[in-house]
Amino acid sequence: MTTVPAIEQPATERSAAVPTAAGRPRRRSHSRRAGTPYAFLAPAIVLFVAFLGAPIVYAAYLSLRKVKVSGLGLGSGSRTEIWAGLSNYARSLTDPEFLPSVGRIGAYGLIVVPVMLGLALLFALLLDAGRTKVGGFTRTAIFLPYAVPAVVASLLWGFLYLPRVSPINDVLEGIGVGSPNLLGSSWILYAVANIAVWGGTGFNMIVLYTALKAIPQDMYEAARLDGATEVQIAWRIKIPIIAPSMVMTFVFSLIATLQVFAEPMTLRPLSNTISSTWTPLMKVYRDAFTRDDIYSAAATSVIIALATFALSFGFLKLVGSRAFRQED
Amino acid sequence: MKKALVGVFAASLLLLASGCSGSDDSDTGSDAGGKVDLTYWTWTPNMDKVVETWNAANPNIHVTVNKQDGGDPAVTKLLTAIKAGSGAPDVMQAEYQKVPTLVSADALADIKDEAGSLKDKFPESNWNSVTLGGDSVYAVPQDNAPLMFFYRKDVFDKLKIAAPKTWDDYAAAAKKIHAANAKQYLGTFSATDAGLFTGLAQQAGASWWGINGDTWSVNINDAATQKVAGYWGGLVQEGSILNTPMYTPEWNAALNDGTQVGWVSAVWAPGVLEGNAASTKGKWAAAPMPQWDTAAPKTGNWGGSATAVTTQSKHPKQAAQFIQWLNTDPAAIKLLASTANVYPATIDSSAALTSPPAFFADQADFYTLASDAAKIGNPFTYGPNVNVAYSAFNDAFGKAAESKQSAQFTAALATMQTQTVDDMKNSGFKVAG
Repeated sequence: MTTVPAIEQPATERSAAVPTAAGRPRRRSHSRRAGTPYAFLAPAIVLFVAFLGAPIVYAAYLSLRKVKVSGLGLGSGSRTEIWAGLSNYARSLTDPEFLPSVGRIGAYGLIVVPVMLGLALLFALLLDAGRTKVGGFTRTAIFLPYAVPAVVASLLWGFLYLPRVSPINDVLEGIGVGSPNLLGSSWILYAVANIAVWGGTGFNMIVLYTALKAIPQDMYEAARLDGATEVQIAWRIKIPIIAPSMVMTFVFSLIATLQVFAEPMTLRPLSNTISSTWTPLMKVYRDAFTRDDIYSAAATSVIIALATFALSFGFLKLVGSRAFRQED
Repeated sequence: MKKALVGVFAASLLLLASGCSGSDDSDTGSDAGGKVDLTYWTWTPNMDKVVETWNAANPNIHVTVNKQDGGDPAVTKLLTAIKAGSGAPDVMQAEYQKVPTLVSADALADIKDEAGSLKDKFPESNWNSVTLGGDSVYAVPQDNAPLMFFYRKDVFDKLKIAAPKTWDDYAAAAKKIHAANAKQYLGTFSATDAGLFTGLAQQAGASWWGINGDTWSVNINDAATQKVAGYWGGLVQEGSILNTPMYTPEWNAALNDGTQVGWVSAVWAPGVLEGNAASTKGKWAAAPMPQWDTAAPKTGNWGGSATAVTTQSKHPKQAAQFIQWLNTDPAAIKLLASTANVYPATIDSSAALTSPPAFFADQADFYTLASDAAKIGNPFTYGPNVNVAYSAFNDAFGKAAESKQSAQFTAALATMQTQTVDDMKNSGFKVAG
């Protein structure tokens, strides 16, 4: 009972205030208004600057620096930080290990992206076709690997790849097929790619499936009335409509490919075939933490960031006009 | 708008900059007579129990053990803390091969005033590692890890093979074992364990770095190391040993199910075997290392570490006092050996090491063998970029091991040499040659 007046009080105040506020808006807040949006933006700007802008600028700054050692380099004062110009960039780009590592993730991407997105699209279409009785379970089962952290997934697959501890090899040898050395030089790329496909298909499937669910059912009815088969519906209606989602999953996969790190890093101690510079990001890690050269690592990071930026935006620009037409 | 953004940006940079330097309050003098708290980074199991004894006896210098994951991650963390200007512990465990790197990064304090007199208590090779051959003392040796050879006695007896005295014997034994059982191997060449290979090169007489005046020399691709690389490459090429890395689930399984029947390792091997190959307990024996020249037996090291005071410690005197107790006091040595299972570096350790490790319970002379091995360690100088050389080893020898070509093993040394020298020259070190 006692709360009623308390609630009514502001209500009356507000209704009384409305005409006043509406009556004199322009005159008083002209100067005040100009600052208001920035005040609202300030938290975002501060967070952006502190946790994204400043580190990026700092990394760019570090990439132009290096440590100069004098003499034996022992004891205090024998190290000084100096400007390096672009020499860190030159060293990164001319490192004999850098180009092969770029080529490696190129080949890796050619395996992972089509296989993963192909499977994701196939699963999404199958689930959307509605023929399966256990759709919910299947969806979760396909999605579940995405919830497993990449390091855990790599450990798990690592055990499966090692001949002596792998049940796969027991089965293969049981049926008389020789067991390939999955961590040997001819298989290692597929072994790493397999982990990424296993972990990433579910996520991409969910994205595509969600897009499919948003398509109005009457389109299918109209198509069926015209005599279209399910396959034709998939090709001519579903896939064109979810093209923007496919572009998005492609860009995500592209970025993930350029940044592949956890899987090869975890498999590395199990194998002779994964070098410390197997992918560009592993080279950054080695330079920063094994060689204690954060300056080279910063330069390579900047190169990777620029390449990622150029590739993703280049691709978006290339397909943007087609894929996003209906969103204009 | 743009100006405002720049302003905000500059302000946040200033904040960051002041945040980095703001913690530099030095109150070194204020602890006279008061209670001092020291932090100690170590990865040795049960070290906290050893430290408890110190804390009970020294209420004014309290040491807190901060458990680390291992030698490499601890060094990475320490170097980051040194760069950041704060966050380093007072006392730090450091592997011998990391000491030059840490000294070079100005992470270790010179404690020659407190610890300089301890020289006679340690083997020369270990003392050399913590002084880098100069007058400064950067750490006090804690454990020594001379290489030894471990083998499955039951398998050797069955095939009527004696423990190999020379590397030729080892090669013959490896061949015989693999011929008798195609699934069995005497060992593996592990491209992930640069420390073991370094020890083997040390045994052959190599010393990869050297100091001459104010100039470094790098000799990774020398005749002694070439001999070692060619030898192991030959064994891998003929297939009598494996080429797969150690310390993998695969390797553990092989030790445990008896398909790996030997291990060139160090004095700490019993602890590892106990964990990895529990089902083979009682079947192993230890022996001195196979030799290149039986007239002048030598060994190398794999591991071993020292205890250092960091440059960020505000109580270096007290920290040095603790380190001295930990590594030289008879009570502490006994605890180190029995509780923390380390093989103490000090030469007076025989009193603490009476019974053999549990996994080698039948081998009464285990610690006699170990102490004999500790005395014949070849001198070896580590350089300021061991990390670069080791990571070059992993990559170059990984490739060589995968190829199973002996020629690739010796060629890998040239890669290591080039990468190590290039890195030093790029940093500005004076390097000969």
